[in-house]
Amino acid sequence: MTETVEFEPRILGFLCNWCSYAGADLAGVSRFQYPPTLRVIRVMCSGRVDPAFVLRAFSRGIDGVMILGCHPGDCHYATGNYYARNRVKVLKRLLELAGVNPDRLVLDWVSAGEGKRFATLVHDFTERIKALGPFGLAQDREELQERLAAARRVVESEQIRWLVGREREMIEGGDVYGQAVSQETFDALLESSVVAEYLRSRLLLLTAGRPLSVREMASEVGMAPRLVLPHVVALEQAGLIAMVGIEGNSPKYRS
Amino acid sequence: MDEARVGVFICHCGSNIAGFLDVPALIDYAQTLPHVVFAQDNMYTCADAGRAQIVKGITEHDLNRVVVASCTPRTHEPLFRSTCQQAGLNPYLFEFVNIRDQCSWVHMQERERATAKAKDLLRMGVARAVLLEPKESIEVEVVPAALVIGAGVAGLSAALNLAKRGFEVKLVEREPEMGGLLRGVHRLYPTGDDARAFIEARVEAAKGHPNIEVFTGAEVRDVRGFVGNYEVVVGQGEREFGFSVGAIIVATGAKELKPVGMYSYGVNPLVVAQSELEAMLERDWRLEVRDWRLEIGGQRPTSNFQHPTSNIQLPTSNFQTVVMIQCVGARDEARPYCSRICCMTAVKNALLIKEADPEAQVYVLYRDMLTLGAEYEGLYREARGRGVNFIQYRPQSPPTVQDGKVMVYDELLGQTLGIPCDLVVLSTPLVSQADAANLAQMLKVPVDEHGFFLEAHVKLRPLDFATDGIFLCGCAHWPADVGESVAQAYGAAARASILLGKGAVQVEPIISVVDEEKCIGCGLCETVCPYKAIVLRSPSFPPQVGGDEGGAGRKAQTIAASCKGCGVCGAGCPEMAISMQHFTDQQLFAQIDALAVEIMA
Repeated sequence: MTETVEFEPRILGFLCNWCSYAGADLAGVSRFQYPPTLRVIRVMCSGRVDPAFVLRAFSRGIDGVMILGCHPGDCHYATGNYYARNRVKVLKRLLELAGVNPDRLVLDWVSAGEGKRFATLVHDFTERIKALGPFGLAQDREELQERLAAARRVVESEQIRWLVGREREMIEGGDVYGQAVSQETFDALLESSVVAEYLRSRLLLLTAGRPLSVREMASEVGMAPRLVLPHVVALEQAGLIAMVGIEGNSPKYRS
Repeated sequence: MDEARVGVFICHCGSNIAGFLDVPALIDYAQTLPHVVFAQDNMYTCADAGRAQIVKGITEHDLNRVVVASCTPRTHEPLFRSTCQQAGLNPYLFEFVNIRDQCSWVHMQERERATAKAKDLLRMGVARAVLLEPKESIEVEVVPAALVIGAGVAGLSAALNLAKRGFEVKLVEREPEMGGLLRGVHRLYPTGDDARAFIEARVEAAKGHPNIEVFTGAEVRDVRGFVGNYEVVVGQGEREFGFSVGAIIVATGAKELKPVGMYSYGVNPLVVAQSELEAMLERDWRLEVRDWRLEIGGQRPTSNFQHPTSNIQLPTSNFQTVVMIQCVGARDEARPYCSRICCMTAVKNALLIKEADPEAQVYVLYRDMLTLGAEYEGLYREARGRGVNFIQYRPQSPPTVQDGKVMVYDELLGQTLGIPCDLVVLSTPLVSQADAANLAQMLKVPVDEHGFFLEAHVKLRPLDFATDGIFLCGCAHWPADVGESVAQAYGAAARASILLGKGAVQVEPIISVVDEEKCIGCGLCETVCPYKAIVLRSPSFPPQVGGDEGGAGRKAQTIAASCKGCGVCGAGCPEMAISMQHFTDQQLFAQIDALAVEIMA
């Protein structure tokens, strides 16, 4: 227990210039005190935060990430914070898949007038991260890095960026055929895409250095071989991995 | 670009920073950071002497990047950028590190941990500074017209000033008549001017001015665009008007809190709000009170009436007795602020009652009297001299109204007084317009927790919003009296006319740039851009307007003057083909990595 008491979380914050950064300044002007755990990067809009930034922070050992924007409807750029929200939704799912507690990432809203709220949010998030403990200590560092690298491949993939970017339009305006898509349908599609993309990224990274059989890959990612096989086939068809030999009865693949 | 030579300037801000952070340790630390060739502390980096040090540093140490660690970029970045420019350094090679508003002021009891945080922030700032690139500002034209929202005394004064300066003004008022709150006021303090005549003169002037177009019974329905070029839609019933303006002044005012449910207001007709007293003073209020009393069949309390709980009996005047209660619904949990105008309004109305009838008794029950300055304090003294009774009460033992009298525990006497009276007047605060938040959302400007509009900086930019080209004045901002509202209106008009008079404005080159090699022409950026500032077209198509007719081989292109720099396109581009100028991926990754250096070590 003493260890958690001593632990000083290192938290990275992305604050939008117009609302949350101004709210943080107001906390200062009002002398609202909060723990010195947050380090702020100012961006023009929460919509500027590329999910890759967040994954980079975790891969460098930062304990928690806050993304703070304008309240929905108040965005200085009209809609930037909606995109932030969509991206964080995907990020949280990916963190979960990568074995990182998604509570280490928070997206919230602070207006320029909410100095008190800003101080409270930092205080509460600090307490949350303290309870979770230092990031990455309990886990095998190398494997964690590889999982995060796979997650990063996903957020940088064409398919996921396209889906996240189109969410608003597809739900409000319809798909390319003009058919409106329900939130549930979209979420299901996004979920299956994220899970599949993450698994394929893991497989690609696993087989980058050494040829592996489907069974070996399955054991690495903790899944049944029959569930892994279709993804191996898909990767092979896309020319991303190739069979490089056979050991016993098992073909071995390498990316 | 030559190798980065970074100079770091750390501000004490008097004791605002140096009192809570170890500045010498920060200087020592800055000198250890990569590319830092010079580090210095200043008592006030923003003062002439401090800025001269920056110029000297750039010249003597051949600096090509400047980092200032002090207050906040939201107020001081423009100043330091221009200082860099003075010394011949491109202003976009300047980086701000916020160690006051977001560090020394919020960790006042934690010198060591706060200093450690400031070191991290310095390291991150220097890492970004090294990667900054020189940029040139973008110039856009300014429409020489202004929208003034609200035609009360503030809006009218601002509109008339701009009109006289030669600018076209669109003045929008949602009530059928212009004039605002002053239409319901009898006389003005401290001059005693007739409020109605005062405001009517301005209404007529606005109506008659050739540069002012008035829309009454109208509201602002839509605002788009940016500094110098706002596209506005005003609705007047079924009709809609669209026009362009270069600047916007928010003068939507406030309204008086109706004290419903307090001190039997709304039930007992002898309990009125201060604004209702104003209307009565304009008529013969004494007759009115008498009529009301007859109407409800009430009896004037008889002489020497003794309330069982009161210790002291005040003689009942044969004449009218008025009791005013201050801070009704103000300075409490729901509205912790002081409304600023109610004390003087009470003093003024007490004097008017005394003037009309020197024998009338007036009691003002107050928590604290706010009569600022020699003139207002003089009126307060005059009221005391004329026999107006000021009795202080405490918020935990507020007065009560019962049976034609007011009971109050007098702090000075240590006794409860029972004051028989003919009229109880409640002084209530001004509150923000219920729909202020809607307008704020349309304009993308903030309101505070009480719904009043929030300025960019309380001392440095008190009449500006953080959003360029939008200004504020009058009670929309905070309760203000007529003199203050007019002064603010003149100020806001002057601020707006700086912009309108220049004809053109420099906007920040924080825009997206597309790498055509990487772009596959998918058009996602076009979809997400809220400003239609990025469009697909053939690379040969002239980059001024709209997209072309379609077809293969198209690439995304940014329209520089329309791009506002949010970065939504860059953070979502499937090909990582879009770079946000001044907030590039490389710069942001460098900041993240710089923070992590300590963790990894």
